[in-house]
Amino acid sequence: MTPKTPSIRALSRYLLHPQSSLHSRCQYRAQSKQYSSAAPGARLNGTVDYDTTSLLHHTSRSTLSNPELPPDVRKGQTKRINFYTAVNEALRHALQTDERVLVFGEDIQFGGVFRCTMNLATDFGTERVFNTPLSEQGLVGFAIGAASEGMRPIAEVQFADYVFPAFDQLVNEAAKLRYRAGKTGVHCGGLVVRMPTGVVGHGALYHSQSPESLFTHIPGLRVIIPRSPVQAKGLLLSAISTNDPVIFMEPKVLYRAAVEQVPIDAYRLPLDKAEILKSGKDVTIISYGTPLYTCSAAIAAAEKDFGCSVELIDLRTIYPWDRETVLESVKKTGRAIVVHESMMNAGVGAEVAATIQERAFLRLEAPVKRVTGWATHTGLVFEKFIIPDVTRVYDAIKKTVNY
Amino acid sequence: MTLRYGARRIRCRGFWTTPTCLNASQTPKVTVPWQRCRSVASTPNAERVLFPGALNSKFTNTIEFLRPTTKDAIPTYRVMDQYGKVIDKEIGTETEDEEALSLYRNMVCLSMMDVLMFEAQRQGRLSFYMVSAGEEGIAIGSASALSPSDVIFCQYRETGVYMQRGFTLDQFMNQLFSNSKDLGLGRNMPVHYGSSDLNIHTISSTLATQIPHAAGAAYALKLQNMQQPDIPPRIAVCYFGEGAASEGDFHAALNIAATRQVPCIFICRNNGYAISTPTSDQYRGDGIASRGAGYGIDTLRVDGNDIFAVRRATKEARRLALENGGKPVLIEMMAYRVGHHSTSDDSFAYRQRVEVEDWKRRDNPITRLRKWLEGRRLWDEGKERELRSRLRKEILLAFDKAEKGKKPAIKHVFDGVWEELTEEQRWHVEELRDILERYPKEYDIDAHEEGLDSLRELEKGGRR
Ligand SMILES: Cc1ncc(C[n+]2csc(CCOP(=O)(O)OP(=O)(O)O)c2C)c(N)n1
Ligand SMILES: [Mg+2]
Repeated sequence: MTPKTPSIRALSRYLLHPQSSLHSRCQYRAQSKQYSSAAPGARLNGTVDYDTTSLLHHTSRSTLSNPELPPDVRKGQTKRINFYTAVNEALRHALQTDERVLVFGEDIQFGGVFRCTMNLATDFGTERVFNTPLSEQGLVGFAIGAASEGMRPIAEVQFADYVFPAFDQLVNEAAKLRYRAGKTGVHCGGLVVRMPTGVVGHGALYHSQSPESLFTHIPGLRVIIPRSPVQAKGLLLSAISTNDPVIFMEPKVLYRAAVEQVPIDAYRLPLDKAEILKSGKDVTIISYGTPLYTCSAAIAAAEKDFGCSVELIDLRTIYPWDRETVLESVKKTGRAIVVHESMMNAGVGAEVAATIQERAFLRLEAPVKRVTGWATHTGLVFEKFIIPDVTRVYDAIKKTVNY
Repeated sequence: MTLRYGARRIRCRGFWTTPTCLNASQTPKVTVPWQRCRSVASTPNAERVLFPGALNSKFTNTIEFLRPTTKDAIPTYRVMDQYGKVIDKEIGTETEDEEALSLYRNMVCLSMMDVLMFEAQRQGRLSFYMVSAGEEGIAIGSASALSPSDVIFCQYRETGVYMQRGFTLDQFMNQLFSNSKDLGLGRNMPVHYGSSDLNIHTISSTLATQIPHAAGAAYALKLQNMQQPDIPPRIAVCYFGEGAASEGDFHAALNIAATRQVPCIFICRNNGYAISTPTSDQYRGDGIASRGAGYGIDTLRVDGNDIFAVRRATKEARRLALENGGKPVLIEMMAYRVGHHSTSDDSFAYRQRVEVEDWKRRDNPITRLRKWLEGRRLWDEGKERELRSRLRKEILLAFDKAEKGKKPAIKHVFDGVWEELTEEQRWHVEELRDILERYPKEYDIDAHEEGLDSLRELEKGGRR
């Protein structure tokens, strides 16, 4: 959808009388420039459609057919909400049911820059839901301390790109606390560090990164990336209740875009299971977060064009991850492609590919292909050339199937 | 980054092999009184502590905690009152009429560009923008009091610094529209300007990281000032918000700047907000200025709506920063963030509309200078209209030109990560070029300068 742009003359008039706006105020979000919108004649790129994608549950029935949901939840009702509302509901449920739960971070109190913490401060008070000073190392260290004394702090880092001041706290403290404490039994289970991650079309160098592989290199941390509102709510509630510190990365482009029917009741989803989103015979695609939608669109085109059958797996928990589901699938299909936004070298794809090669070598019909970001930074106008798109995944399927 | 004045390399060989190069006469010894005594020995009837960590402290037998809340707040320096009347006529404004007029024109130009670009973003013509409303005087005033060769590090709300130093409307627009003439090669978000000609480092979105950089750069300048006594000495200047001052980097920077006695002015823009976070959630001390003393740094708080105060403070700070070879100075410039944080923000979700309206009415750096100009009969409504109409044409012309420009060449996806393309990157270039060639309809390659040729060239260059 290309926005209609008023003429320069209109802008010029506006400069003389800025009081009289050119258009109604509330439209601006929808109109913000998407540098990565597809080329006008594209057939593959630009075909991700959140309103129709099979990855989201558009009906209540489809949501409740999920066998991972507890039986009573499956008998309950659903509500159509977006990703950030699902996060909000999980936080709300945790605050309501467990007085040890705290929610804090930069700009949390008014709802957060992505609206995930809307109304929580009003409803639960600023003793438990509060703004922190602008210091990631401070607020994450604070969360570790609170967790070590029995609270269940959910700290928000405003963007995954800004987690690095807290890297020491996460790598040397959160991850090692239990091990270091030995028989003293101290740990920081209950700590969840939430952060928006991934590209949005115009985030450039510092609002686009997906630093998950930096945390999957750390024993003691759990790394989770949900793909949808249903997943976000269930995985976040599991993250809060697990006794390991969790890095919970929320693909920020999905906050508003991904809308589906979500159970109204609270539920938890497993932290040790990948999920097969679509079964297939010829090739397995392993991904997580936003690229799953890219993969799904590419699969639709590839299956139509090449008559192949593709299996799609959502890793969900990036570390520790479910090797069994992946290996079983690849042993069946004989081919594997890993797709993620962050760059290839030492990325999650490297680990998945190496594991497949170690444990399923004799079943492989083709080398494991990685479709990932290139070895570069996400330059503003170049995002569309760097991050895996439908075309690149489509082409990878073609090449892998025909290998 | 090669800055115009910074390009001169330290003459390494001479530097390290000639022991006289950094001898005592060239390294002015700065000894603060309490540093003079390094002994820990204390006699039973000594009046003062001789612990190494606090050398000039007197003993006391009353237990009295320091209670900052009981102290008066640090005063705010100003030259003229809010009606544009100069308070101390003897000192005056230290500004020639012509210069005052030019500062005024720049502030008006900045605010007009802000209004236009904010609106243009709302229309979807660019992805992002940030205005300086309420802080024009801080950026333009301080920049006007520095030497053009001083090295500057900004946060992002200092567009006026660039403007005052001579960044042209075309350069602003090229960056904002990420066209092929953008000095940042279309890689950075709008408003992340940089200019080696103007000695301003390119902005990074990560808050506070530039503050220790400024300390280190200032140390480099300190050594270069000593090694090249024939060249006018330079300082580093660092801008940041009161929110960013909560980051560890701020504290680390001021401390190391003090221990290394670097010629650096740290300019905090305290505009009352960090996105939605009010200062009451940000800190409980007396602003940012109160922290200077903790690091042993000379500090001043200034009324940011008073461009003459900003100029005078900066000039004086620069003199102090170069005293005895160098030392850091902290200035806290007080302001109110009149605009939304950025185009991604709607500030009425966390502050009252009337609060903003009140501030706008009460005081503002542009209207205050205008009152002063009018008081001296240098300005009137006619001149204002004339100026605005001229600026409008200039801004729109630059806007139009830049918006129509081509995007930067695709090779800039890869170059500039390392000094030279790596083997891995060459594989990636090849793979991307192959995809773009086989799926031409999927990408708008012609929007970019040189189309696919730039990638092919990069590939060939790499193979050489
Ligand atoms: C390390 C880091 N954390 C968080 C952010 C997100 N962020 C961008 S601007 C901002 C507020 C900064 O406030 P302040 O320093 O007062 O500057 P102002 O916007 O008021 O000029 C925040 C939290 C960031 N850019 N970098
Ligand atoms: Mg601020």
